[in-house]
Amino acid sequence: MAKSGRLGRVLTLLGLALLLGACSLVEIEDAALTSWKPAGPNAERIDDLFWMVFNIAAGVFAFVVVALIVIVVRFRDRSGAKEPKQLHGNARLEVVWTVIPALILATIAVPTVQSVFDLTGCDPDSMRIQLTGHQWWFEVQYPDYGIDTANVVVIPAGEEACLEMTSDDVLHNFWAPALHGKRYLVPGQFTELRLESYEPGEFWAHCAEYCGLSHSLMRARVLALAPADFQAWVEAQQQPAVLPAEGTQAWEGYQVFVNKGCTQCHSYRVDGEGGNIVPADAFNGPDLTHFASRNVFAGAVLPEYGESREDALRRWLADPPSVKPGSYMPNLALTAEEIDNLIVFLEESR
Amino acid sequence: MTATAERPATSIFRRPRSKTGLWSWITTVDHKRIGIMYGYAAFFFFIVGGIEALLLRIQLSQANAEFLTAGAYNALFTMHGTTMVFLFVMPASAAFMNYMLPLLVGARDVAFPRLNALSWWVFFFGAIFMYSTFFFGTSLPPAGVEGVAGNLPEGGGPGSFNWLANSPDGGWFGYQPNAGPFYTPGTAMDFWAGGLQILGLSSLVSSVNFIVTTFNMRAKGMKLMRMPVFAWMTTVTAFLLLFSLPIIAVALFMVTTDRQFGSLFFAAQNGGDPILWQHLFWLFGHPEVYIIILPPMGIVSEVMPAFARKPLFGYSAVVFAGAAIAFLGFGVWAHHMFSSGITPVAQAAFGLATMTIAIPTGIKIFNWLGTLWGGRIRFTPAMLFAIGFIAMFTIGGLSGVTHSIVPADWQETDTYYVVAHFHYVIFGGAVFGLFSGLYYWFPKYSGRLLDEKLGKLHFWLTFIGFNMTFAPMHWLGLQGMVRRTWKYAPEMGLEGWNQVVTAGAFIIALAMLVFMYNWRKSRRRGTVAGMDPWDARTIEWMTPNPTPEHNFSESLEITSLDHFWHMKYEEDEEGRPVRRADADEILARLEDIGNNPREPIHLPSPSFFPFLIGLGVPLIFYGIVYHTSLVGKGLIVLGALIVLASAIGWGIEPADEPHYGHDDHDEEHGEEEVVEVHG
Repeated sequence: MAKSGRLGRVLTLLGLALLLGACSLVEIEDAALTSWKPAGPNAERIDDLFWMVFNIAAGVFAFVVVALIVIVVRFRDRSGAKEPKQLHGNARLEVVWTVIPALILATIAVPTVQSVFDLTGCDPDSMRIQLTGHQWWFEVQYPDYGIDTANVVVIPAGEEACLEMTSDDVLHNFWAPALHGKRYLVPGQFTELRLESYEPGEFWAHCAEYCGLSHSLMRARVLALAPADFQAWVEAQQQPAVLPAEGTQAWEGYQVFVNKGCTQCHSYRVDGEGGNIVPADAFNGPDLTHFASRNVFAGAVLPEYGESREDALRRWLADPPSVKPGSYMPNLALTAEEIDNLIVFLEESR
Repeated sequence: MTATAERPATSIFRRPRSKTGLWSWITTVDHKRIGIMYGYAAFFFFIVGGIEALLLRIQLSQANAEFLTAGAYNALFTMHGTTMVFLFVMPASAAFMNYMLPLLVGARDVAFPRLNALSWWVFFFGAIFMYSTFFFGTSLPPAGVEGVAGNLPEGGGPGSFNWLANSPDGGWFGYQPNAGPFYTPGTAMDFWAGGLQILGLSSLVSSVNFIVTTFNMRAKGMKLMRMPVFAWMTTVTAFLLLFSLPIIAVALFMVTTDRQFGSLFFAAQNGGDPILWQHLFWLFGHPEVYIIILPPMGIVSEVMPAFARKPLFGYSAVVFAGAAIAFLGFGVWAHHMFSSGITPVAQAAFGLATMTIAIPTGIKIFNWLGTLWGGRIRFTPAMLFAIGFIAMFTIGGLSGVTHSIVPADWQETDTYYVVAHFHYVIFGGAVFGLFSGLYYWFPKYSGRLLDEKLGKLHFWLTFIGFNMTFAPMHWLGLQGMVRRTWKYAPEMGLEGWNQVVTAGAFIIALAMLVFMYNWRKSRRRGTVAGMDPWDARTIEWMTPNPTPEHNFSESLEITSLDHFWHMKYEEDEEGRPVRRADADEILARLEDIGNNPREPIHLPSPSFFPFLIGLGVPLIFYGIVYHTSLVGKGLIVLGALIVLASAIGWGIEPADEPHYGHDDHDEEHGEEEVVEVHG
């Protein structure tokens, strides 16, 4: 008996050491979309809760597995072993292993329920951002500031911002794991998710609900700016675009933009003659007025790792569906020259 | 049995009489033969679903890989899930239930043998219907988008195997509105909805049959609390099926009418509610989880006592825990929807309800440990899989508890963490349990033992491959790998562990090759098992191996739980078993009488009609898919006529021909009543 008790202790210690070793082994450095590096109060609260429960679960698992190993080693069939006593059960033990798990669960139920209520909904005074899901990109609007942008959700650091979310087509699910858990974007309904980052920074987000052919290529970024930078960003976004000077390459690009069908889906707010471009089509694409102010495009999938934005744009404009299968932006059969001109035009649309 | 040429006045066809050959299998009503057919079909689809998984894993072994096209990838994960749940695990459980339930309760067949054949043939033709989508199905771009030239990439875009993209690609969960008429037009998802509808019908018919079998067909003295745990879990599962399948049937009809007849239940732009589909789907889908896991829990509850040489510890607690899991399983469905925007009150309530399931599950695990404690454990392959079940299922159960922590679930849901969780439950739990049962009961089917060395190799390869495949998915998911993802970016850092996962999947494939070789080799040339190869405890071993057609030659009288064991052993004053002096004599007599019944034994007669109805049902569903064409309308009429005519033929055909002289129980009466329901 004493021997097996020692065995149990050794195995328990070994198991815990393995578990700790495993935790550091499996942590991926620089995982862009990890939930293990919370950067705001909401995600941090979830993280604390998860690890508390994880540790309890790991303890229960260690107990069961150590017991299992001890049992199969100790009670393995050996030659000359006695026949086992025919035990049918033990009422006291049944009560013990019913009540103890119930108590453990009651313990974790309290903070669970508390945090469900604490982490749902938004402060009524927080800044509103309307997030609309499209196959396969996120539209980001700031009703208070009249801003319409895409794929990059810009928030002031250290303050709560409230996403009011809906979808234009199918279900989507917005997930910026460094800041909060997931929340659906439901067509015909509105859901809320609050975002808050302690420090300025850029965080990855992803659509987590299967939403059709290019679900895996529907990502986003959350950019938290210091409050002053955020104000500057708002003012810059509110400016209309300045049309390029006639005769420049950007001007040629603008002609392509206007004449080759881009404006059927993409809006562009212009200062001066020509007026604003506001498409009436059912398949609205992102507003491109300040395209170059966003570091990513096409559902935050481009540019790919190590690629320049020019190269990515060249690939994208040549044949969008080959980059993003099913993309609502069709192959417009642009010539290489037209693409070059468009790229210059878009790069100047800051 | 002598055949009479005389045809009863009420019958249309001459009653089938073949005992061997194709026709005997088509017309059989023998629960064992039906179980065998279920088993082989299930294993076939296990291989098909496995190949689908391997293709998915190749695609995911590199960041931004372009092995499969996006369309092919989406179709493969949809069909992998659908196949593994509805065409593998459920029929595999049905195989065990069919084969073992009558043997475990001491009956000669199930309550309604022809109805049992109907379940099987409806399943068989339903599976063919579902998979015919690979040949006939189409998957088109969203409505209205066809007009936009060049929306779909030529050849499906980067990647190969694009021909697969014309199969269902809305996910096995078919979330609306993505899987609805606007965003997934084409016939592929109609095949999916119709296929599930047919398969559900098959399971619903089975469930009634199993419930009546347990309540009416038990041997004398086989009180409910003397039934083997697998018989109990079969019954509990049958109730789960009975109450949950109507829900998915309704939901699938709603999807079908949405897709085919413009009913718009789930279309938000017309006032429908996409979240309603999720409620209906998971109100079925969560009990489905227990439909999958309870039968294997029953299997390991048979295997562990046999190889520990001890009775099941806390028998009644294990049984009631199973029933409690099933009951609670109906009240937790919205934990699949914690991020859907349901109110915090609902989230908290469903979170708490989900936690409570851990209690009966824990009871089961601790009672299994109690069973092993103090035993004399023989590590046969069946026992290894049962022990593996405890460890792996514990991981799946505990990660399940982390889902009930609602805020944590907001991070976990829709990531590979969930994929890891349910594979630990379904593969580490259910599949390990099913393999345990195969090694344990193989002699009942073949009269021989599966090779033990190959069996151990199979176990260890499966165990290692399984953990390599699914353990890394936990941390992959929490570190940013979303589900159903065709591509992931290199910056996400997921590539290394995904390669481990893919390697693990191929090790599992290797393990299955070992198993198939073992099966093939042992079925004909394995060690002859004899009647009681494991020195077992329950009454299915009181009849020779392979099981005679009539199961038991004499009616049994059961006096205790583990009746067979108590015939062989008595206990000394310490409570240790001592073999009775006459045990060998008893065994010899049972074996002799099993093979040479003293009096003619009446068995239900074979029938053509279950096969014919099974054939007619999918014709109706093909007709619904193509209902706008004349061919489609014709198929509906043809299918309906076949079903109706067969039902009438079935109705006027006696359950057993008079010359079989079968009048010693009220089976016939009961069957007539059920036939009316289906006519």
